Amino acid sequence: MTDRELQLKAVQLRKWTLTAIFEAGAGHTGGGLSCLDILNVLYNRILKVTPETFASPHRDRYVQSKGHSVEALYAVLADRGFFPEADLKTIGHYQSRYVGHPTRHVPGIEMNTGALGHGLPICIGMALAAKLDAAPYRVFTLLGDGELAEGSNWEAALAAAHYKLDHLTAIIDHNTLQITGPTREVMSNAPLDEKWRAFGWAVKVIDGHDYAALTAALAQPAEAGKPTCVIANTIKGKGVSFMENVAKWHHGVPSAAELKQALAELDAAAQKLKEAA
Amino acid sequence: MSAPAPSMFTPAAKAMAEKLGLKMGRANLDEFAATLEGLAKADRNIIAVTSDSRGSGKLAPFGKACPGQIVEVGIAEQNLVGITAGLAASGKKPFGVSPACFLTARSLEQIKNDVCYSDVPAVLVGISAGVSYGALGTTHHSLHDLAVLRAINNLTLIVPADNFESRQAVLTAAKARQPVFIRFGKAAMFDLHPPAAQFVAGTALTVRDGQDVAFIATGETVVHALLAAGHLAERGLNCRVISMHTIKPLDAAAIVKAGRECRAVVTVEEHGVHGGLGEACAAVLMQAGVAKPFRIVGIPDEETVAGAQADIFRHYGLTMEGLSQTALGLLSRP
Repeated sequence: MTDRELQLKAVQLRKWTLTAIFEAGAGHTGGGLSCLDILNVLYNRILKVTPETFASPHRDRYVQSKGHSVEALYAVLADRGFFPEADLKTIGHYQSRYVGHPTRHVPGIEMNTGALGHGLPICIGMALAAKLDAAPYRVFTLLGDGELAEGSNWEAALAAAHYKLDHLTAIIDHNTLQITGPTREVMSNAPLDEKWRAFGWAVKVIDGHDYAALTAALAQPAEAGKPTCVIANTIKGKGVSFMENVAKWHHGVPSAAELKQALAELDAAAQKLKEAA
Repeated sequence: MSAPAPSMFTPAAKAMAEKLGLKMGRANLDEFAATLEGLAKADRNIIAVTSDSRGSGKLAPFGKACPGQIVEVGIAEQNLVGITAGLAASGKKPFGVSPACFLTARSLEQIKNDVCYSDVPAVLVGISAGVSYGALGTTHHSLHDLAVLRAINNLTLIVPADNFESRQAVLTAAKARQPVFIRFGKAAMFDLHPPAAQFVAGTALTVRDGQDVAFIATGETVVHALLAAGHLAERGLNCRVISMHTIKPLDAAAIVKAGRECRAVVTVEEHGVHGGLGEACAAVLMQAGVAKPFRIVGIPDEETVAGAQADIFRHYGLTMEGLSQTALGLLSRP
C-alpha cells in the first residue's frame, strides 16, 4: 500500500474512531487521533500478524500500554479483519466484549491494559521469551508521554537495555498534552530523547503523522544490541480542527453536531488526498 | 556468629511434637526451590524470575543448575510481575519470586491486571511471608496479602503448611493454566501428612479428626494448631485440625462440615485478622446458617509487636499454649 493509500485509510479509520466514541458515549478522542497513524503503519506495514496467524507463537506482538486509546486500535483491528466493523458500534455497551480499554476477549489484543505503566514490562517478558526460544518475532508497545511519569516504565527501561532487547520497540505518542494540560506543566519529561539514550536505548525522533518516517523508524531495530525508542511527535486530536491540541478532547465525546462537522472535515481531507493523486 | 533465633516451640510444645511423632522437615522454601529445580531441568519453559531475591528465595542452586532459565530483574517488583506476565503470555511457565511484603503491595496492580485480568498462566511466589522476617519490622511483614489477593478475581491462592503441601503446590502451579499465587514462610517445618496423603488445590486436608473444637489453620500455623489439639487431648478434648492450604478457591464444604460437627471453631493464620482466612470462614459459616462459638486468631489490627517470628507468634497466641487457651475459653462460654 502506498503512503497515499494509507493516508486515505487513516481518514476512514479516524471516522470510525470518532463514530465509535460517539456511539459509546465515552472514550478517549484526542489520544486516539494522535496515535492513529502510528497504528495504521504498524498493522499495515510492520507487524507480522494477521487474524489467521494471531495464534502463532512466532507472530509479532503489539501491546498498547496507553490502553485508553482503544477505539483507534479497535478501528485498525476491524479494518485488518480481526472482527467485523459493525462491532465498533458496541464498544462500551452492556455485555459487549469491546470494553473501554483493551482486553484479550477481543481478537487481536495481546494483553489487558489500561492502567498506565504496564505495557513495557510485559513486552520485556515477551521479548525475553523470544530470546530464550531464539524465535524471530519482534515486540512493540505504544506509550503516552504523560504515561512516562509512571515509575514502572523506568524500571522496565533499565531492564530492556540490560538484556539488550533489540527486537523490542517502544513508541511514544508524544502529543505533549495530558488530561490536566501540557505535559511539560503537569510533570515535565524533557529532554525525553536524552533520557532514553541515557537508559541505553537507541532513539529516533520523528513526525508521528509522516508515513515515510514512521515506516523507516519501525521497519527494523535502530541498533544491534539496543532496544529502540521511537519518539513520535504527534498532535492530539489530529485531523479535526477543533480537537487539535485541545486538552479537553482527551476524553471529550463529540455531540451529534460536532461529530457531523468532524466527519465533514475528514471527508474534505479525503477528497483533497484523492485530488492530489 | 549471631545469636540463634528464639525457638518457635516451647519445651512443652517440642515434647508434644515428639509425642505426636512429628518429624522435622526443611523450610518450605527449600522444598519449593528443590521442586522447581527438578521441574526446570525437565522443562526448559520453566523460568524463575527474581528481584535480587534468588538468595532469599533459595534459588541460587537453581540459577547454577539452569542458568538460562532464571531472569533477574533487579530490585523492581512491579517490573518483576509485568515481565512474569509477558513471559507467561509467550509460552513460558514463569515463577515470579519475591518477598511477599513487596510483591503483594508494591506490585498489586500488576498482579491484578497483568496476571489475573489478562489471565496468563503465571505463578507468583511470595516468600518470607507473614512475620517470617520478624525483627525486620512492619515494612517486611505481609499481613495484608491474603486479604488483597482474595479480593482479586481469577487467582488460586495456596499457603502450604509443610514440605508435602509445598511440593504439591509447586507441582499444581506448574500445571495450572490460570494464575496461581503461593505463599511461603522461611522456618523449618514439621511434616504433617502421611505419605499417602492426596493434595488437591481447593480441598482442605484434615490433619486430625475430632468433634470438640475445629481448628481451621493455614500455612505455618497449622502445626501449632495440631500441637494445641494434642495438648487439649490431654484434657479430654478431641479437636479437629484442618489445613486450609488453599485460601482461594476456599473449601467451603470442609468449613461447614467442621462448623456443624464441632462445638466451636477457631481459625488460625499468620495474617491480619481483617480479610484473611478467619473472615472467609466466618462468611461461609454465616451464609450456611451455622452459628457456633467462633474465634479468629491472627495478628490484630495494631502496629505489630517487635521481635522475632517466635516472639510475635507467642505475643498473639499463635502457639500451642495460646491456641489451647483460646479453645478452652470458647468452650466455656455460656
